[in-house]
Amino acid sequence: MTKTIHEINERIKKGKAVVVTAEEVIELADKKGFKKAAQEVDVVTTGTFGPMCSSGAYLNFGHSKPRIKVGGGTAFLNNVPAYSGFAAVDIYIGATALPDQDPRNSVFPGAFRYGGGHVIEDLVSGKDVKLVGSTYGTDCYPRTELETWINIKDLNEAVLFNPRNCYQNYNVAVNLSDRVIYTYMGMLQPRLGNANYCSAGQLSPLLNDPYYKTIGIGTRIFLGGGIGYVVWNGTQHNPGVQRTSGGVPRSPAGTLAVMGDLKQMSPAWLKGASFTGYGVTLTVAIGIPIPILNEEIFKYTLVKDEEIVSQVVDYSQSYPQVQPGSLGEVNYKELKSGSITVNGKRVPTGSISSYAKAREIAQVLKQWIEKGTFLLSEPVAGLPSADSGVSFKLLNERPLSRAHH
Amino acid sequence: MKEKRVVLTFPPNLIEQPIVYNLVKKYDLMVNILRAHITPKEQGRLVVELNGKKSDVDAGMAYLGGLGIEIQSLAQDIKWHEKKCIHCTFCVPTCPTGALQVDKESMQVTFVKDKCIACELCVKVCPYNVVEIQF
Repeated sequence: MTKTIHEINERIKKGKAVVVTAEEVIELADKKGFKKAAQEVDVVTTGTFGPMCSSGAYLNFGHSKPRIKVGGGTAFLNNVPAYSGFAAVDIYIGATALPDQDPRNSVFPGAFRYGGGHVIEDLVSGKDVKLVGSTYGTDCYPRTELETWINIKDLNEAVLFNPRNCYQNYNVAVNLSDRVIYTYMGMLQPRLGNANYCSAGQLSPLLNDPYYKTIGIGTRIFLGGGIGYVVWNGTQHNPGVQRTSGGVPRSPAGTLAVMGDLKQMSPAWLKGASFTGYGVTLTVAIGIPIPILNEEIFKYTLVKDEEIVSQVVDYSQSYPQVQPGSLGEVNYKELKSGSITVNGKRVPTGSISSYAKAREIAQVLKQWIEKGTFLLSEPVAGLPSADSGVSFKLLNERPLSRAHH
Repeated sequence: MKEKRVVLTFPPNLIEQPIVYNLVKKYDLMVNILRAHITPKEQGRLVVELNGKKSDVDAGMAYLGGLGIEIQSLAQDIKWHEKKCIHCTFCVPTCPTGALQVDKESMQVTFVKDKCIACELCVKVCPYNVVEIQF
């Protein structure tokens, strides 16, 4: 049994495509048997909704009269600095950016109430956002100061462009120390007080296509409630990690760079997030359709929570000091049960990624495909897979005293 | 038997008075102090759970009211903004009383107001400001 994306799209256009979510497909294969289900299903939809720090949006806010060259100057959106090292009126607002006035962790733990992620949520919500630009004058761009309200509907372009999203699996974070610690994995209580994880497990996009056999550059996706595309592998893409016999990476592995029109997106699916003692970020919704081109691809989509394992990592010592070692391996069925056992102790679990919302994303994407409003795209190039030799390296620090001028 | 969770706000002139002692001794109430913030010469706030016979609880409340203490039910001061919640379950292990729960089927978080003791641990934990405690 093999199908092409073209054939699947023809079935979608006729309203005949069989589309199921990555959760539903497990049940379907159980009921109908592997062969029959593989034959029947055209598309499996996946979803994930979690904080993804390497996210941001570029905006072109249009030329003022007289012209100003914010490029090379500074730009702030609701007091949050945006990157302006582009042409005159192009800026990029990153999810983790903070106002200069934010006290950060000077009174520990900082609250980090508002930052880049919140600016993006406000823009998507259609709220006016304050733009302040300051720069030097030139003969062609004489103006040096700009203060104005902007609104997403008036921008020439507003494009979400995230260099790293959608981590294929993630660590389970715990704290072995004697004090509370504040991390990007949340507040971790001392002496294994709690364990936080961050993956949609059996619904997670890259865990349903573990070797990136269908997801590649050019794959059309659900992004932030609108339509987006996979544009590259994400930063820190690390496909060569140890895997289970089913192909599931045992630790964080592949990542995706994605982009899409922010104007089509929704604040329900892009949310600014404040992590006490850590910082701000953006919680991003991503759903990826997996075309069932053959039985092998189908088999991967049947992955269950109990088959997806992750490493328990100490965030008080091991993570910050980059010391290798896992406190044990647990699976997502255990994580979702509400507690796991680490070093013989029962530890309650919490998730940072929303399974309920991942389920909703997979359902929405399924409906779009069933209605024929979303067609699958053929990737134009693949992502580096397990055999590519691509790996995630640490920084090779070279002391400046010995460096060249 | 009656159980009542209340927030007591009392003026500076009452700070020297053994109010909790009186509730126990004179009104035969079990007083469980959930939170307390008392600064000399400023106002004080006590979050308490009162347990006892209905008539005793009512009489105790009347005593507090008569002293000029402002009494508010605890539930009134806690808001869980359901629309803002993304149901990540981040808060669930942090909640000491099980007021924040997750349904294992729907994987959705619910908030049981009656179980909340306003410890505010979830306020620090929730990245989306879903819980608001107004005192």
